[in-house]
Amino acid sequence: MHLLVCGGTGCRASESSAILDNLKSVLEENNLENEVQVVKTGCFGFCEKGPIVKVLPDNTFYTQVKPEDAKEIVNEHIIKGRKVNRLLYLNPESKEHVSDSKHMGFYKKQIRIALRNCGFINPENIDEYISRDGYEALAKCITEMTPAQVIDVIKRSGLRGRGGAGFPTGLKWEIASKSVADQKYVVCNADEGDPGAFMDRSVLEGDPHSVIEAMAICGYSIGASKGLVYIRAEYPLAIERLKIAIGQAREYGLLGEKILGTDFAFDLELRYGAGAFVCGEETALIHSMEGLRGEPTVKPPFPAERGYLGKPSNVNNVETFANIPVIINKGPEWFSSIGTEKSKGTKVFALAGKINNVGLIEVPMGTTLREIIFEIGGGIKDGKKFKAVQTGGPSGGCLTEKHLDTPIDYDNLIASGSMMGSGGMIVMDEDDCMVSIAKYYLDFTVEESCGKCTPCRVGNKRLYETLDKICHGNGTMEDLDKLRNLSNVIRDTSLCGLGQTSPNPVLSTLDNFYHEYLAHVKDHKCPAGQCKALMQYTINPEACVGCTACARVCPVNAISGERKKPHFIDTTVCIKCGACFEKCKFDAIYIN
Amino acid sequence: MSHIKFKLNPEQLTELKEVCKSFNNDKGELINVLHKAQGIFGYLPAEVQEVVAKELKISVAQVYGVVTFYSFFSMMPKGQHPISICMGTACYVRGGEKVLDEFKRILNIQVGETTPDGKYSMSCLRCVGACGLAPVVMVGDKVYGRVAPDGVRDILKNYE
Repeated sequence: MHLLVCGGTGCRASESSAILDNLKSVLEENNLENEVQVVKTGCFGFCEKGPIVKVLPDNTFYTQVKPEDAKEIVNEHIIKGRKVNRLLYLNPESKEHVSDSKHMGFYKKQIRIALRNCGFINPENIDEYISRDGYEALAKCITEMTPAQVIDVIKRSGLRGRGGAGFPTGLKWEIASKSVADQKYVVCNADEGDPGAFMDRSVLEGDPHSVIEAMAICGYSIGASKGLVYIRAEYPLAIERLKIAIGQAREYGLLGEKILGTDFAFDLELRYGAGAFVCGEETALIHSMEGLRGEPTVKPPFPAERGYLGKPSNVNNVETFANIPVIINKGPEWFSSIGTEKSKGTKVFALAGKINNVGLIEVPMGTTLREIIFEIGGGIKDGKKFKAVQTGGPSGGCLTEKHLDTPIDYDNLIASGSMMGSGGMIVMDEDDCMVSIAKYYLDFTVEESCGKCTPCRVGNKRLYETLDKICHGNGTMEDLDKLRNLSNVIRDTSLCGLGQTSPNPVLSTLDNFYHEYLAHVKDHKCPAGQCKALMQYTINPEACVGCTACARVCPVNAISGERKKPHFIDTTVCIKCGACFEKCKFDAIYIN
Repeated sequence: MSHIKFKLNPEQLTELKEVCKSFNNDKGELINVLHKAQGIFGYLPAEVQEVVAKELKISVAQVYGVVTFYSFFSMMPKGQHPISICMGTACYVRGGEKVLDEFKRILNIQVGETTPDGKYSMSCLRCVGACGLAPVVMVGDKVYGRVAPDGVRDILKNYE
């Protein structure tokens, strides 16, 4: 029997380590430590219901487990064979307990390729990876296939880069393989800087060996003996697990000289990023690895010709690599049978925001937004109305109700004015002001622009200022035109992907939510009630019972009134923090 | 470069030089050296940057350029309890900004500043990766999830 405890970042933040320790000690107390193994796994994906504990072989899926529940799980489930019902997932519609994750709406539509091992194996144990066909693909490649054959398989699979732009991976490898040099490099881009995205870190935390194996396969294909993982220093857990995995792979002779008895040599090193979004761009990433400021340079020359230290380098993203071993094992035809015509396979998304089931999901390309948001995601939180979904992070756009039935793939998302990006997917409801959201993203871009190109450095700052002006109710109709014109200029004249896509949040909200911009400019109103400068809190004297809760919570003493009599807000003192609004149990406070 | 004067004592100077040496004084390892240096001193004052520049045989301007480019590096000492408020999109739409405002108001400092008693410093970060718990606040290594503005005082009470 196995007890799998989620060791992903989200669950660890909710004390999953304490659950693990408690389970172990309760098992020891009952002398069961040899019969039942407690395993710390990577992310299960269902972060909303974390921390998660799964019991094998019966696949019981316990949600929102607390450290003190360990005793009950062992005593009831392990010893007496009775499931602990109160910890099972409750189907929100049928109100029935579901014990197997296969029957949960969250998992039903998912196909897990990149995340195949996350939540199944102990990422700190290479044997568990090997027991699930790990390193079989590498062995097959270096003993039975030529580099050209491997590249051909990847090309035929139709795999495209999962970092966002969607460049065909096989083609990229082919270009790198044709470059002639005494040294080449395989680089893994694990610099996930997109706010609200945690796909790559989950793969690295949950299944580091799949990335190591794939990088070795890539090294064999393009003729590189060195690999570098460029990883964010802010991901301590992913770094730790990657280091352990590299050590184990070396010990097993899967990295180093003469891998599996062949003449193929390959080894890995880590390089740490230091928090710069632009370093997701491959030329900037390479400069950063060289110890310089992470500023992008003009392509060509492409990294495949001249990259790290001037040598040909192939840069792929974590998720792209995680797909490789499966493609080799199951064949390109199998992989290309999943997905749409031009986008094959699956995509991992970090589903977050105003949605019931926040988590990490992997769905076939071509799944619609409606399926993701309403079936997997379980709909909008607190029964509110869906308003928009932002894909692609600061480079993407906001999609609306009318896009809900569009099958998601690289090309459809671009045609809808957004992009795939690395896979962040933030759901917004009727309470979100789209002008503020655009401003939020521009704030991010302004901070993260490396400053090399004027349109991006100065232009985005101007966009931000204009949006800020509109949020304060001082915008003019002319500003709206300016926003659009400036956005187009920035998009057309910036050097790298950051600048070329940074106006997307502005353009897509202008296209889809023009009426909200108009309301801010013409009526000086924020329809969602988010823009502080444009709102006013008022107490409805008929609904107010005089409980004084609002007056007590007000940080500036702006609310006055006698007990059991209607209260009153002094708008000249009010700082619009919203504390009273949240505190009022009688819906007596409203925003105008 | 910085208004805070920092004096390296001989042991610290030796330790820093050892760090540079462990990377073969290779200028390509500048970022790794700075990571280690920040691990020792908690931040990267001008004096530390000058030593690193000398050891790696590059200009101080180049070191300064790298330090200021990356958000992970800081030239200001952090407080005893560094507070990081997640401003990732998931936390933002679930009210992260209101939580930030409350921290600002209670501590009376801005983002990037340290309280005069050196107890707290405040910064924003982009995604902790615990979006299921949004909005998220980190104090040191401890993650607090589902933080509401009126819960800010309770968090701070743990560090009084």
